[in-house]
Amino acid sequence: MPERMDRNDPTGTRACRIELKALAYDVAGTRLIDVPALTLEPIGTTVVMGPNGAGKSLLLRLMHGLIRPSAGQILVGGKPLSAEQCKAQALVFQKPVLLRRSVAANIDFVLKARRKDRSRCRDLLERVDLASLADRPARRLSGGEQQRLAIARALATEPDTLFLDEPTASLDPESVQAIEGIVTAAARDGVRIIFVTHDVQQARRLAEDVVFLSNGRVAEEASADAFFNSPETDVARAYLSGHLDRLVET
Amino acid sequence: MRFLTILLLASLGGMAEAGNIILQSTTSTANSDLYDHLLPRFEETSGILVRVVAVGTGQAIRNADNCDGDVLLVHARPAEEKFVAEGGGVERFDVMYNDFVIVGPQADPAGIAGLDDVGTALKRIAEAEAIFASRGDDSGTHRKERMLWELTGIDPVPASGHWYRETGSGMGATLNAGIGMGGYVMTDRATWITFGNTQDYGIHVEGDPLLFNQYGVMLINPEKCPNVRAEDGQVLVDWLTSKEGQDAIASHRKGGQQLFFPNARTAK
Amino acid sequence: MQQIGEAIELAIGLLLAADADLLEIVTLSLYVSLSATSIACVLGLPLGAILAVTRFPGRGPVLVLINALMGLPPVVVGLIVYLHLSRSGPLGFLGLLYTPTAMIIAQTILIAPIVVALSRQVLEDLHLEYAEQFRSLALSARQIIQALLWDGRFALFTVALAGFGRAVAEVGAVMIVGGNIDHLTRVMTTAITLETSRGNLPLALALGMVLLALAMAVTAAVHGLRAGTAGHADA
Repeated sequence: MPERMDRNDPTGTRACRIELKALAYDVAGTRLIDVPALTLEPIGTTVVMGPNGAGKSLLLRLMHGLIRPSAGQILVGGKPLSAEQCKAQALVFQKPVLLRRSVAANIDFVLKARRKDRSRCRDLLERVDLASLADRPARRLSGGEQQRLAIARALATEPDTLFLDEPTASLDPESVQAIEGIVTAAARDGVRIIFVTHDVQQARRLAEDVVFLSNGRVAEEASADAFFNSPETDVARAYLSGHLDRLVET
Repeated sequence: MRFLTILLLASLGGMAEAGNIILQSTTSTANSDLYDHLLPRFEETSGILVRVVAVGTGQAIRNADNCDGDVLLVHARPAEEKFVAEGGGVERFDVMYNDFVIVGPQADPAGIAGLDDVGTALKRIAEAEAIFASRGDDSGTHRKERMLWELTGIDPVPASGHWYRETGSGMGATLNAGIGMGGYVMTDRATWITFGNTQDYGIHVEGDPLLFNQYGVMLINPEKCPNVRAEDGQVLVDWLTSKEGQDAIASHRKGGQQLFFPNARTAK
Repeated sequence: MQQIGEAIELAIGLLLAADADLLEIVTLSLYVSLSATSIACVLGLPLGAILAVTRFPGRGPVLVLINALMGLPPVVVGLIVYLHLSRSGPLGFLGLLYTPTAMIIAQTILIAPIVVALSRQVLEDLHLEYAEQFRSLALSARQIIQALLWDGRFALFTVALAGFGRAVAEVGAVMIVGGNIDHLTRVMTTAITLETSRGNLPLALALGMVLLALAMAVTAAVHGLRAGTAGHADA
């Protein structure tokens, strides 16, 4: 869909609004995630930021149902997160885990497993510019190519929400640009994007909204303009100016 | 995965026919190629295929007792008669004999070479504590050997592991072991004549009537074991004890020597 | 030592002459052991995969048991199968004792624990890498097992080879349930035992060398298969 939908989805027709209520995640008595309330509207691109260890990846895994919260609730479209709803989501990991088979077979595997139209394989590969490498062994692709394939595989499941966990963390600038292009195109097609990064410049390029995490808590939640131009907390200001380490030390 | 499936199907399809009849017999007869000599002649006249399972006499009788086979041909008369008396076999017939010999190294540490009195030979071996390799496997040869020790009044079992070595194996394996240890071995003549790994060994003791080795044949009892192919099995028993079968046994030679001597009563 | 030289000459002679009896024995060895390996893989690989991906109460003891079964002496397996297939045993009516099928059954039982235990280890390591991605893709257990078996296929070939190696080399089980019957159940290992008991040590050794050549040929064939399709594997 070329036209952007209304960002607040007043009709409520999209079922992928995510609401976190009193959400907590503990490991060995330590509270790693503590979010009293957070609502992610079902449209647009939200960038989740925060220093290392802030809990960004954990939050993503909780929302995708890969791990269970210790307390609280995750509502998707107003209902508690179910296996069916997780199927309508996809997650791209920082380090892509591809099957030991060809590029095309990696896509076909998911199309077949999820009973999708298997003739879409070519189209998906073209979307990530890998059609010319369709018959190559997936594991022999470059890092950037592997991540593009992982994104194509995620899109093959026709998700309404796409989580990306620092997908460009260790890639060269060209690959980063290519992946940002693919993600932006997916967002334009109406896929809800929730993108974790610690790269401030990348966040500025992609974000419509920002959730800033610190020590497992939501320190700020704002539109991209508001967050980048006038951050409200010391920790966010320090992070944006690249002085977070000093702040943490003192 | 597909080729595995094909192989699986092939293997199920390959469940083979068990041959016509199964003869439970001893390693001594099989190792001396007696059956390679006899069975083609029998198969030609009767059209019956015979499959030979060659194990020790004790195991052969146990297999027959489990109904695994049609005909039994072994050499341990008391055990055979007991087997028939208990209903395992139909009727036992003498079929042939050969004899046992004691083989030893040229060095002959017990000084028994040339003796024709097996009792004296065994006594000298025990006195010299010269190594003696015993089958130790409850086979016909083993039973015979224990009987001979009993007659000398010497019980070698306390020396087991010392100079009396029980291999718990077949005739050939026991010969290999005994020769490897430089010890004496009691073996049937047929196995010895056809044995390949003789090194400097020779026959030291022979000719004592006590060393006589009688073979008996019997049909496994079809009343106890309904699977027994009694008709075909009986044809084999009859043939082995017939003039034709007995002549065939007599004509089996290795290196110019006759290995088995037919002595079935029906043939005379 | 002189006998070893003699054995090498004999082995080469046997191979060059393509002796009909030898060919029959070699063919039966391959037929029995490849069949047993195939059946053990058809049953054992999915079982190994299931054990690799599932967690259930008592899983630990089950793994210990299967690992212990890898050390089963062939003679014991032979005896157990004999007691079942014997005419006086529960399956005696099938008439399978002293047939190649009985030998296949015994070798299958012998090597199935090897296939299960090794494939479980191989696939569990692979699953460790894939598990989170598979959960994200919301795959069914069946889809996960199929994917693991396919992606682990090269390591699993080696597992199958380990099973084949044990099957083709064992003598205790096939001797008891096959009976070493000439032209029916005589295989390489029972022929070697027979020639040893006849004191024909060079011939026994030569047959051993032929067996080794056979095992090498099968291994080479599997590696050839690997190399031919390894394009999609991760080194």
